[in-house]
Amino acid sequence: MESKPQIQLAITSNPLFLSGTREFVYHIASRVGFSEEACGQMALAVDEAICNVIRHGYDRALDKPIWISLQCIGGVAAPETQQTNPTTALQIVIEDEARQVDLSMIKSRNLDEIRPGGLGVHIIQEVMDDVKYEHRSGKGMRLTMVKLRNSAKRAGSGDVDSPGLEGDPTSSSSVSPSPTVKQEMHP
Amino acid sequence: MSDGRLSIQVDRRADGVIVVAPSGEVDVTTQPLLQAELRKIQAEKPKKLVVNLAEVPYMDSSGVATLVQAMQASRKQNTILVICNLQDRVRTILHIAKLDSFFSVVGTLEQAVG
Repeated sequence: MESKPQIQLAITSNPLFLSGTREFVYHIASRVGFSEEACGQMALAVDEAICNVIRHGYDRALDKPIWISLQCIGGVAAPETQQTNPTTALQIVIEDEARQVDLSMIKSRNLDEIRPGGLGVHIIQEVMDDVKYEHRSGKGMRLTMVKLRNSAKRAGSGDVDSPGLEGDPTSSSSVSPSPTVKQEMHP
Repeated sequence: MSDGRLSIQVDRRADGVIVVAPSGEVDVTTQPLLQAELRKIQAEKPKKLVVNLAEVPYMDSSGVATLVQAMQASRKQNTILVICNLQDRVRTILHIAKLDSFFSVVGTLEQAVG
């Protein structure tokens, strides 16, 4: 995968920008050929991820940086052509300068226990085809998520073959979907 | 998608049923409004509380958490809480959270108040 994003959005950690960021992701994904359902899933995953950064990374501070980068894997069609868009997957990277957390602590909770809160990590894992948390060099966290264009993953289905993410970060936690609900993310 | 703002209509029916109808996206910025309204209504101890989500095109996990809190509070005080008119994206997040069987969900407002 190429590392340079084709599109990058920088926001501050103010929840007021969540709605616009969801729309940004939704419409880019739609423009490169993802289904309406997949676009909604990606927008939801980004929403949950940014909420987690704001709440847990920045302790709800409103003025801290968050970067959202999109990379269309497989490329995009030139605007003057009528060819089918070649994008095979969308990689979404969310980076921040928040405190670095123990990657083994990033986990979904037991859904058998009915209680409010703590659903964000589970939702991200459930709707995206590949999810990886890692420490940025220096400070901050990086979350890399991939959604396949031909993903068999539908809401709550929990089963898909995943291509995995490239790269060999020194400190990362990666999750590939399994047929069962994942309760933990293993480093 | 809307701009994320939320408005809430409340209908106190003669039969004792209270219908709460939020309109707009329920996310971390708008969830406190819904939470406060539901708590206020639950303090009235209605026999049935209906949350009509017909005008809610989007809900994130903070909105789901609000509904979970409302359901748990309702059960404690024997208020029947029913959710109706889920749009696809809201139905999806309840399904992902494996909460679709935790709530009483029906298709229409008529079914919910009946």
